[in-house]
Amino acid sequence: MTLRRPTRLSAEGLGGQVASLRHEVRISAPAETVWSVVTHPESIPEWFPGIESCTVNGNIRIIKTRAGMEMAEEILTNDPLLHRFVYRITSSLYKFHLGTIDVIELGENDSLCVYSTTAEPDVLALIIAGGTKDALVEIKRLAEESIKE
Amino acid sequence: MGRKILFITTDQQRYDTLGVNGGILSRTPVLDALAREGIRYERCQPTSVVCMPSRASMLTGQFPTTHGAWMNGVPLAVNAPSVAENLHDAGYATALIGKAHFEPFLDPFSRFAENSLANLGIPTIEQDWFDGRRGVHRGFDYLELATHGVIGPLHYAKWMNENHPEAISGFYPTLDGELNVNAAGGGDTGAPQVKFNNVPRDWYHTDWVADRTISWLGQQSPDQDWFCWMSFPDPHHPWDPPKSEVERVPWKEVPLPANYPQHSSEREALIDAKARHWRAWYDGSLVSNYEAPALWVPATLTADQVREVNALNAVEIELIDEAIGRVMKDIEAKGWGDDVDVIFTTDHGEFQGDFGFLFKGPYHVDALMRLPLIWRPARSTRPEPGVVKAPVSLVSLAATFLEVAGQPAPAWTEGAALPINDDDAHARSFTSTVTEWDSALFGVDVHVRSVVTTEHLYTEYRPGTMHDGSEGELYDLADDPLQHVNRFNDPAYAAARATLHERLSAHEDRPGERATPGVLVAPV
Repeated sequence: MTLRRPTRLSAEGLGGQVASLRHEVRISAPAETVWSVVTHPESIPEWFPGIESCTVNGNIRIIKTRAGMEMAEEILTNDPLLHRFVYRITSSLYKFHLGTIDVIELGENDSLCVYSTTAEPDVLALIIAGGTKDALVEIKRLAEESIKE
Repeated sequence: MGRKILFITTDQQRYDTLGVNGGILSRTPVLDALAREGIRYERCQPTSVVCMPSRASMLTGQFPTTHGAWMNGVPLAVNAPSVAENLHDAGYATALIGKAHFEPFLDPFSRFAENSLANLGIPTIEQDWFDGRRGVHRGFDYLELATHGVIGPLHYAKWMNENHPEAISGFYPTLDGELNVNAAGGGDTGAPQVKFNNVPRDWYHTDWVADRTISWLGQQSPDQDWFCWMSFPDPHHPWDPPKSEVERVPWKEVPLPANYPQHSSEREALIDAKARHWRAWYDGSLVSNYEAPALWVPATLTADQVREVNALNAVEIELIDEAIGRVMKDIEAKGWGDDVDVIFTTDHGEFQGDFGFLFKGPYHVDALMRLPLIWRPARSTRPEPGVVKAPVSLVSLAATFLEVAGQPAPAWTEGAALPINDDDAHARSFTSTVTEWDSALFGVDVHVRSVVTTEHLYTEYRPGTMHDGSEGELYDLADDPLQHVNRFNDPAYAAARATLHERLSAHEDRPGERATPGVLVAPV
């Protein structure tokens, strides 16, 4: 995982306090199987620990966390060919947020799932990305269990 | 019936803040008396100078590079070793009341048990143990938790919000709108993390921790052995004690610390003799870690701000001493006075103006690394009062608790039980202690190793954002107790440096199984 916030290095600052973070997991399942776990927007409570429920209306998803926080998200891309899901949190807590899930085929039964978070403020990026790390564990579990069935 | 254990910790408290250790600002009669009745340690070091790694070392008896919680924001694995699990197995009732912080605070998904218990309304939760069994969370039957403020999911914040919502606004907002440590100033001097707090003393977290401890002790049967970790969030910033108590220590009468030269040129000369990241933080060109306000520049710190911070810090310590006194009185009233071992310490220190800084970071000097440690063994053991000058470490606490409980130290503990005097320390080779620092946050990584002996404090900086691996610091504690003269490159100290380097190498190469380093999932 790489953490980058160049403005921390400069008192003058180079703009906003943006951080871009990435977690990834190797999954013993076909890319299509992994994609089927993440592509349905309403399924997020099944694989993102700490998200208790959500409602989906068009490209707007509202999630509710176990701590009771509600956050609105806008789904920007849900591309079954590229296996890429992109969304942004529109809550006022964030000046900017972009979350990206990429599923990359490595082999017949071998995939890489990459969950990226870019956000401002940077501290919020770190907190959300911490959650995505656990989400990848669940995505892997669900995908690998589904091909055993 | 065995010996009961009251383990008392504070957060971010320097060695020299207790009267018995030469402190002149706080009146600490209760802790001073415990020290005179028991054993006072003059050179206790943490394994890390930030909360999570250091607290994890207390619980596991392991260094951060072994237990895996290597920086704040990296959770200690739920199945990491825990001395509380061994005490639980030995029949002890086990409680942790106050600040835990083995898991990150900033947790909107409530993924960590510490952040879930208050809302769930249960005293503990079943999880995996180190030995593969399932049991109460980290070995504790009962957890009732607090931190430095009234925001968030912990028990104290919930209690305040439910019972005294009108007092919430009196507290300093520890974090700013972007969840960075707040740089906003307050008080009379505009010092960061300072606020006059109108909360009544009875509702402040120091008294709450003591009240909840007394309540839990009241639920124990007379013959029950118990281990109670009473963990005060203060005197860690914010410095916002109840306003009603502030006049105890008038800040205008507070002398400047010996390590705060009045002229900035003198301070800067001292800083420039150290590794380069010191000056970079001072000037505001580097934020090396999350624990100090990102928007605060140390060079702006004024003498009056140092006085006010130190006055409020002293007030918070007096309140802790009085709270401990209430708990000790309760223990005596319950007839346990002769059967309780009391161990008091903290997780790390605080700059309090030394060299022109506040807060903490990868800066290994006495301000952050020399800690108060007192062990008052149960009177029934007829302890011999004394002072231990040999270096000891918080990594020894787990083995000490188990020794008190008559239990063997398990293979996973890396620290032997504390010595009871210097002869004991000599016989068991307590000759040096190691403090580690590793951090990697927003593009800045810092890696530091220090070893302390009775003669020297030696630090090596491993390659990172600001260091190429060639820098270090070496202080002669005998003739330079304030750590002003860096002798790292002094030929006269070449032999000492080589010996100390060997000690750090031996630490790196120590035997034993290491946990996989944890993953950073939050800033704190």
